[in-house]
Amino acid sequence: MNTQLLLIQSLNGLQFGVLLFLVAAGLTLVFGVMDFINLAHGVQYMLGAYLGASFAAATGSFWWALLLALPVALLAGLLLEWLVFRHLYARDHLAQVLATFGVILSLNQLVRMVWGSAPLQVPVPALLEGGIQLMPGLTWPTYRAAILLAGLATAGLLWLVVERTRIGALVRAGASNAPMVAALGVDIHRLFMLVFGCGAMLAGFAGVMAAPILSVEPGMGDTVLILAFVVIVIGGIGSVRGAFIAALLVGLIETLGRSLMPDLMRLFLAASPARQTGAALASMLVYVAMAGILAWRPRGLFPVRAG
Amino acid sequence: MLHRYTVPLTIFGALALAPLLGFGAGHSLSLLARAMILGLGALGLSVLVGGAGLVSLGHAASFGIGAYAVVMLDAAGITDAGVVFPTSVLAAAVFALLTGAVAIRTAGVNFIMITLAFGQMAFFTAASLSAYGGDDGYTLYARTRLFGTKLLENRWFFHYLLLALLVLAWLAGRRLLASRFGRVLRAARENPLRLQALGFSPYPYQLLAYTLAGALGGLAGALLANATEFVAPSFIAWQRSGDLLFMVILGGLGQLHGAVLGALAFVLLEEYLAELTPHWRLIFGPLLVLVALYLKGGLLGLVQRRG
Amino acid sequence: MVEPLLELRGLTKAFGALKVTQDVSLSVLPGEIHAVIGPNGAGKTTLVHQVSGTLAPDAGSIRFNGRDVTGLPLARRARLGLARSFQITAVLPGFSVLENAALAVQARSGSSFRFWRAAATEAALNEAALGALAQVGLQDRAETLAGDLSHGERRQLELAIALAMQPRLLLLDEPLAGAGPEETERLVGILAGLKARYGILLVEHDMAAVFALADRISVLVYGQVIATGTPGEIRTNRQVRDAYLGEDH
Repeated sequence: MNTQLLLIQSLNGLQFGVLLFLVAAGLTLVFGVMDFINLAHGVQYMLGAYLGASFAAATGSFWWALLLALPVALLAGLLLEWLVFRHLYARDHLAQVLATFGVILSLNQLVRMVWGSAPLQVPVPALLEGGIQLMPGLTWPTYRAAILLAGLATAGLLWLVVERTRIGALVRAGASNAPMVAALGVDIHRLFMLVFGCGAMLAGFAGVMAAPILSVEPGMGDTVLILAFVVIVIGGIGSVRGAFIAALLVGLIETLGRSLMPDLMRLFLAASPARQTGAALASMLVYVAMAGILAWRPRGLFPVRAG
Repeated sequence: MLHRYTVPLTIFGALALAPLLGFGAGHSLSLLARAMILGLGALGLSVLVGGAGLVSLGHAASFGIGAYAVVMLDAAGITDAGVVFPTSVLAAAVFALLTGAVAIRTAGVNFIMITLAFGQMAFFTAASLSAYGGDDGYTLYARTRLFGTKLLENRWFFHYLLLALLVLAWLAGRRLLASRFGRVLRAARENPLRLQALGFSPYPYQLLAYTLAGALGGLAGALLANATEFVAPSFIAWQRSGDLLFMVILGGLGQLHGAVLGALAFVLLEEYLAELTPHWRLIFGPLLVLVALYLKGGLLGLVQRRG
Repeated sequence: MVEPLLELRGLTKAFGALKVTQDVSLSVLPGEIHAVIGPNGAGKTTLVHQVSGTLAPDAGSIRFNGRDVTGLPLARRARLGLARSFQITAVLPGFSVLENAALAVQARSGSSFRFWRAAATEAALNEAALGALAQVGLQDRAETLAGDLSHGERRQLELAIALAMQPRLLLLDEPLAGAGPEETERLVGILAGLKARYGILLVEHDMAAVFALADRISVLVYGQVIATGTPGEIRTNRQVRDAYLGEDH
């Protein structure tokens, strides 16, 4: 029984990890290339989920919703870039933090006005209903498996683009030394628009994918955003590979911690205090892991930035 | 050019006179109390950001720890100020010391994200403490007792106590920044490499400043718990850290009374907008963006340009 | 035989396949100005980083004042009396000229974990700082913000900060970079006045200044020292003329 639980929770952890990766990938590249800290990146994820929910309700099809939500999420991202973000590139991190914080407040409220405060539910698409039998008597929801696969496929595609194409080479060079790339005559701003747009769309994609298994509500992007920060700090800012490994790690620690910690505490404590201590410890686990990794490697697992 | 004490004396003078000038009615007095408490916390943050160049996005955690220390002692039947306040201050200082020890090893944007993550850790931990109300928070039966009396329940006494603490903290902060220690901090903000070339390691100085700001935040948190007679994890939500940072910038970063001015303006603005419309954040958010983009020097900058 | 103040042995540093310094050995005697010259990309800056402690060498050792400092970070070396100036001026722009120098004095006199007394009112710090400013002729600019100084004055302040540390050795990274003819003349005068009081490792582009100031010169080409000697010897060294001076003359 325990190994089965462990298996299921590990899979859930990996599935959560790839969602985190989709959000973190854009964040780490945007930061790497433009030295721009965007707190409002989580908003993209939230918008993706809301757009997915609305389009799903309107069209009755999850697939149409996915197809429609992505370009709209991209447009929303580019609009924000044009309205606010591009005025921040030359500013210090403090101004960037504040202004993008303001964007979060505004958009969370806007979402509340348009869709209300109550969580929305999105049904799992019929094609992906039910479960996969892992072993006799043990099934895992097909939809979660689909998220895991889609996430892995996207990660693979992203890896190919970043490692194997000219654009990818520029992005990598930009992350390790942006002034150098600008000096080579590359229009760094256009490169950034591209990276930013991709990042916005990836986060939006994660939001749509997450909608059927999570409740869609205002502020849902904030929690994911902070975990995505943890991911890119652990992975090393600007590193897609680092973000991928760190995202899986964080997803696993978070999910396994929450399900196993209370049981683990039962070994030492009575039932009620065990549940409490377990829950408290589980909520700290990711951050303690982050602290441990940074104490060991202050610039993350795969630092890219030169100097 | 205004005399350098004109603005701070006006601010503190107005706060001293406010209860006598008809702002003594319950609500506006507690509004001012809230502003002064936030101002106390913002002062510490202003020393960090404006003095040491450490942009912390987790400063609300120190508030929360101070407030939860009050709660835990209250649950244990301890309500004497001689125990409660020192415990709050110490607990917040220890938390700042431990998290700062990791966060300050990294620099720049990593520091922002790590302080944010540690703040989130405190938030989730508080939310998991079901013995103290979990998500719903904890209502205090009575305020902390001062020398066995219920003096803190007296609104007037509380108002002037807060004002006295605020003025003391302001004076101490000014001395600190002008001292040898403060000089090293300010140099670390301007050019850490130069500081090292002089033979200083910035780390212990920054860590101590971070710890002191945490301690002051702990005191403010204990006072906030007393002002509202209620403590919830929302005190520690990362948005509260963003609010504190906004107060510091809104007032003006260069001088410590800017933080006090910012806290006052923030609380009054929030109150005014909230009366205007339930969707006040839709005005507040864009306002924040505009302040971050265009109001360099904050309100103090405006006042001084006029003067 | 005088014990050298600074002795570099076999310093080697590579970035990937590129060897930026290769087996560099040289010494600075007390009171001596030892200049390092070389064309752009010769590895001068990397050498400065290794001596000051911002870059760890891959191989080789650095002895300073009779002690192996190879593994020590920048701040520790500074506390031992190794003061460096920066090629791209790194004065604190928001500090007054006096406060820039006073901070350097503060580094060498007592604890800086003092929280109450205003540092600007410490007469001992200010007097020593003014002394250092006077040595470079900046005493009249003491109250100016360092950010408002002219380029040449910033170079002077760089020097004053290094002097205020009361160092044993000055590591000067292109102190004349970007200075106009008049400023150069003034700075060379100041440097000449410092000679004999400090050991100086001078990394500099300006040939005239180097030949006027240095007791010994080492020539760095492609990361290697191809010659070390007195200005007279270097001037007549064939290898140097071919590899380096030939390009300019």
